[in-house]
Amino acid sequence: MALTQLVSPATVEKTPSGIAGFDQITGGGLPVGRPTLVCGGPGCGKTIFAIEFLVRGAERGEPGVFVSFEESARDLARNMAALGFDLAGLVEQKLLAIDYVHLDPAEIEEAGGYSLDGLFVRLQHAIDSIGAKRVAIDTLEVLFSTLQDSAVLRAETQRLFRFLKERGLTTIVTAEAGTDTLTRQGLEEYVSDCVVSLSQKVADQSATRYLRIVKYRGSSHGTNEYPFLIDAGFSVVPATSLQLDYEVTEQRVSSGIPSLDSMLGGNGFFRTSTILVSGSAGCGKSIVGAHFADATCARGERCMLFAFEESPSQIVRNMRSVGLDLQKWQDRGLLQLRATRPSLYGLEMHLVSMHKAIADFKPCTVVLDPISSFTSAGTSHQIKAMLIRLFDWLKTQGITALVSCLTTPLTREETDIGISSLIDTWIEVRDLEVAGERNRALYLLKSRGMSHSNQVRELIISNRGAALADVFAGPEGVLVGSAKSTELKRRAREEHERQEEVARAERLLEVKREALESQISSLRAEYAEHQEEVQRRLRTTRESADAIRADRELVAQARTDSGSRTGASAEGTNSAQARPTIAEGRANSNAGGA
Amino acid sequence: MSDPIQTKTPRTLDRAATDNEAESWNLRLYVAGETPKCVQAFQHLKQICEEHLQGRYSIEVIDLLKNPTLAEGDQIIAIPTLVRQLPPPVKKIIGDLTNTERVVVGLNLIPIKPENRRTK
Repeated sequence: MALTQLVSPATVEKTPSGIAGFDQITGGGLPVGRPTLVCGGPGCGKTIFAIEFLVRGAERGEPGVFVSFEESARDLARNMAALGFDLAGLVEQKLLAIDYVHLDPAEIEEAGGYSLDGLFVRLQHAIDSIGAKRVAIDTLEVLFSTLQDSAVLRAETQRLFRFLKERGLTTIVTAEAGTDTLTRQGLEEYVSDCVVSLSQKVADQSATRYLRIVKYRGSSHGTNEYPFLIDAGFSVVPATSLQLDYEVTEQRVSSGIPSLDSMLGGNGFFRTSTILVSGSAGCGKSIVGAHFADATCARGERCMLFAFEESPSQIVRNMRSVGLDLQKWQDRGLLQLRATRPSLYGLEMHLVSMHKAIADFKPCTVVLDPISSFTSAGTSHQIKAMLIRLFDWLKTQGITALVSCLTTPLTREETDIGISSLIDTWIEVRDLEVAGERNRALYLLKSRGMSHSNQVRELIISNRGAALADVFAGPEGVLVGSAKSTELKRRAREEHERQEEVARAERLLEVKREALESQISSLRAEYAEHQEEVQRRLRTTRESADAIRADRELVAQARTDSGSRTGASAEGTNSAQARPTIAEGRANSNAGGA
Repeated sequence: MSDPIQTKTPRTLDRAATDNEAESWNLRLYVAGETPKCVQAFQHLKQICEEHLQGRYSIEVIDLLKNPTLAEGDQIIAIPTLVRQLPPPVKKIIGDLTNTERVVVGLNLIPIKPENRRTK
């Protein structure tokens, strides 16, 4: 530690190799004017590494010499053309010289002492012809398998490195990896400045190539095994993941689902954040992802969707069924769908290829659907390591990433890969199985740096896309789907019944009142009839009394005519007294009848 | 019926086993300056040719320090290198040619004996 601090990177002058990622790991590239040993087994990319070193040098105006012991200049040019390198063109521009050294052990006989002056002469000539600054020798060890005198070869190898150093040539020497040693012929003994090891590992039938800086004298360097990809040249995943110094922003990006945005404080996710959508099978993770992609494109930004389980056309078709037209964005070049099987190649290779695809397309948002399928390509530890690197890199690039992860009911609220700590916003979608049906409930497990809803919402997916609805939370728990609508109906019915009861009671009261009133009116009618009867009788009685009196007066008059007046007046008083008595008697008989 | 073949075959094979009877020998010796090894190689070569190929050979000495471009044509790595241009096929012998046995076997001037074969 103290040593690396003492040796500042400036003590060793470096020249960029031009190989993507490599210069970052080494803090500037290869040591200037010194040989670098690149060793590895067959098919690790040693030749490509060496060629790219020269091609990138030529692009910088540094001519290079390629000494090939294995492939002829024509084969080399043809093979490298597949990687996009125009070797013949560079040779024409005098930026590259290829010297093919063909050694056929069958036609060579050794008879006495010799030196490798011939090789030196050729090398010197090639260097002089183009004014080379860089040299690559691929593979020196062919000499050892062709020539017998190993003492001479060792001495000459040493002389070769001295020769190259004296001329200040930045050199790459490739060597075949030995079983226990870095190189089969122990070339690392001669090259002491910088040794790079390339390897290829097969895990679960998937091969991944790795690059490692074994040593770099006088310089600090990344010590890990870095995965690399050979596509259009070398591509090493850089070591930026070691840092936690990315910029953050207050900017928000919409999730594409307005009701989800409102759960996230109304504005959606933070730009450059990493969002995880976890959930069991068929709960709508991909749809949430597609909404996010759709919203990105609708803003006129680019989105890259990596699918690990569905083909691009399948995604387009499926998303059309929920009202998302992804084809339109694809046609406009805003959306790129990349589908790969996780088992296609190793985990690290996925990382490198995603890295490259993202660097080429430069999207604003990236969707990975789903990361859980990587479990077929590596252990959870490896996947986590890869995702840390990917997420950190995406953050440094200012890219917002939404990843989905399949969880099983047992591992709910934890991903199999254990990446929760890497996630800024975690959305869980889960199945709720109630009353013979499955419904989707969505909630936010966490969302760093923003106020967010603690509510469980129902995720409703229709042909107009996904939307969130309030769930019904009652004493029976959370109710969704038809259970929710049943419950709502039950409540409505109860209310209705209550209202009906009130109405019924009111009606009953009215009926009673009406009955009472009719009774009252019939009594009144009876009374009126009775009153009339009584009055009629009274009238009749009075009339008959009058008639009697009149008769009596007539009689009395008649008697006066024959008697005194006094008698007549006494008679009149008697009859007046008798009237009430009749009336009374009548009333009494009535009362008795009642 | 088998008699003529049996009597003929050993002789034919014997002849075919060496190139000694070829009409003309064209030899090239690649050197790089006048180093002791190069001088020694030329002397040894001359000696061997005089012994086995008197009057039938020519030696061309090429100094790569003067003509570096010529190294590629014959794929020269080691110095000195002797190249048998004629008779075909092309053969290369590297070293200062001190091991005469190896040279004559390498040039196919004498039949290959087991002890003359490469030991490694």
